Amino acid sequence: MVVSTPSRSGAWRGAERGGGDGGGGRITRLIPVWLRRAGLPYLLILPAVLLELLIHLVPMVIGVGMSFLRLTQFFIRNWLAAPFAGLGNYRVAVDFDSAVGAALLHSFLVTVAFTLLAVGLSWLFGMCGAVLMQRPFRGRGVLRTLFLVPYALPVYAGVITWSFMFQRDSGLINHVLVEQLHLTDERPFWLIGGNSFASLVVVAVWRLWPFAFLVLTAGLQNIPEDLYEASAIDGASWWRQVRTITLPLLRPVNQVLVLVLFLWNFNDFNTPYVLFGKSAPREADLISIHIYQSSFVTWNFGSGAAMSVLLLLFLLLVTAVYLALTTRRRSRA
Amino acid sequence: MREPRWLPWARVIFLGLLGLFTLTPLYVMATSALKPLRDVQGDFNWIPVTITLQSFSDMWRTVPLAHYFVNSLVVSSISAVASVVVAVFAAYAVSRYRFRGRKIFSVAVLSTQMFPGILFLLPLFMIFVNLGNALGVQLYGSRLALIITYLTFSLPFSIWMLVGYFDSVPAALDEAAQVDGSGPIGALLRVVVPAAMPGIIAVTIYAFMTAWGEVLFASVMTDESTRTLAVGLQAYATQNDVYWNQVMAASLVVSVPVVAGFLLLQRYLVQGLTAGAVK
Repeated sequence: MVVSTPSRSGAWRGAERGGGDGGGGRITRLIPVWLRRAGLPYLLILPAVLLELLIHLVPMVIGVGMSFLRLTQFFIRNWLAAPFAGLGNYRVAVDFDSAVGAALLHSFLVTVAFTLLAVGLSWLFGMCGAVLMQRPFRGRGVLRTLFLVPYALPVYAGVITWSFMFQRDSGLINHVLVEQLHLTDERPFWLIGGNSFASLVVVAVWRLWPFAFLVLTAGLQNIPEDLYEASAIDGASWWRQVRTITLPLLRPVNQVLVLVLFLWNFNDFNTPYVLFGKSAPREADLISIHIYQSSFVTWNFGSGAAMSVLLLLFLLLVTAVYLALTTRRRSRA
Repeated sequence: MREPRWLPWARVIFLGLLGLFTLTPLYVMATSALKPLRDVQGDFNWIPVTITLQSFSDMWRTVPLAHYFVNSLVVSSISAVASVVVAVFAAYAVSRYRFRGRKIFSVAVLSTQMFPGILFLLPLFMIFVNLGNALGVQLYGSRLALIITYLTFSLPFSIWMLVGYFDSVPAALDEAAQVDGSGPIGALLRVVVPAAMPGIIAVTIYAFMTAWGEVLFASVMTDESTRTLAVGLQAYATQNDVYWNQVMAASLVVSVPVVAGFLLLQRYLVQGLTAGAVK
């Protein structure tokens, strides 16, 4: 790709401003000046656009198309031959009296509960950690670094370690609860049954609170020191400073952070997949795993695609409402 | 800041508990890797009774770990570098030009972040199978397919972060370079990129980490010869009879490169987040 268009400073920052243009490159001289200048930004974003199209947008459109087909394993080689199902896949997915619909609803509710808990706790830990470490103290740098390790660790390495800790007979959790604290006599199971939900939340919070901490620490560094000094002269207490300076000024950061945490947790596949394997226990059946299982284990891709589309619509709706609410409040404030 | 008297105590207690929660798994990983097999099969022991490095040599033989390691290294490095190159050009356009579609581009790229991976996993799989057939090369199961996929995963965040960085480089600097006879691309490469180097390094690390830790697509789009650590290690840990000491040793070894890179460069990552968050 030969892109060399020497132009003078007037042309800078926006094609619409126009201005004098110097000579031209060897090849580019053939292209009219206006096209060269208007086209350059498009040329620059072209690779990114093509890649996003190939990996995200086109597959998504195909995925939406697949959701209208009765696409079972018989049609995998030639999926265009699969019979048209209309809204059939959707009807089954939202028919909560049928087994498929009921399981989907259950999985959705589990995911909502999981997401609320995981986002809430991650944010709370991150916020408390960042605020309590705002003032310098001895060992702060080391502690900050250590706190970030779970986020830096590859997902599977961290989660595999937790699954070892949750082992019934050889794990640390039962050793502490049963042998050291004597809370129960019977060693509970942590990776199957009702406890698996709690295990999942614990691992998700462990993995994500450092991210909240990192983002909020960065946000705190942007708050000018003078604000605290001025309010201290006015006699403001520490708690008042947190409420009137720290929290309001972190609002833009929090707005993005909470949304990102929500989307990550709601779509989380890695944590349950590494913790439980291909089929999660019913109590911890997150929606991604549920759809993965209905597609790849039962080989019903049309139905899986319909569920994914429903999931996407739900996430779009929540995001739109969230942004509308938080942005309005911010502009009013 | 005037702090209430209870605050130092609250700080010590809260940070202590948080530290315990955060660091215990790391301690378990490190100490269990040093135990012989029989000591990880019975009840858990906080302090290893016998210390041995046996598991660090056994793990390479139980599963083809070295092979997975090389696969992960190749896929993650190439996709990280490619992703950053693509992101640098795109971010430069967004930061320096006001072109039609600029806003749509930024929003569209960022919004791909919220797509459930599961939605485009299967179609993408089919695209690679069919594209491979059409071109006469095997794309499905190849490292190339995985590299292209991973590079788009880190692209949105990388572009967003680099726009923040590039905005903080004064436009006067590259205007000056233009007066000196460089084209826009020359100005980008000679002035803006060096000035934004911390951001570019941080984004590279981020892209590498993303690829190194990805599980879902790796589990579907790799075969025996291209399997990455994410899949290999997961299979290692869900066998019927798990050698937990070896699995912990392997987890430790595959974590060291990314954790070290991340911690060395976390300063730049924080700066980048700050630069991006200001806007």
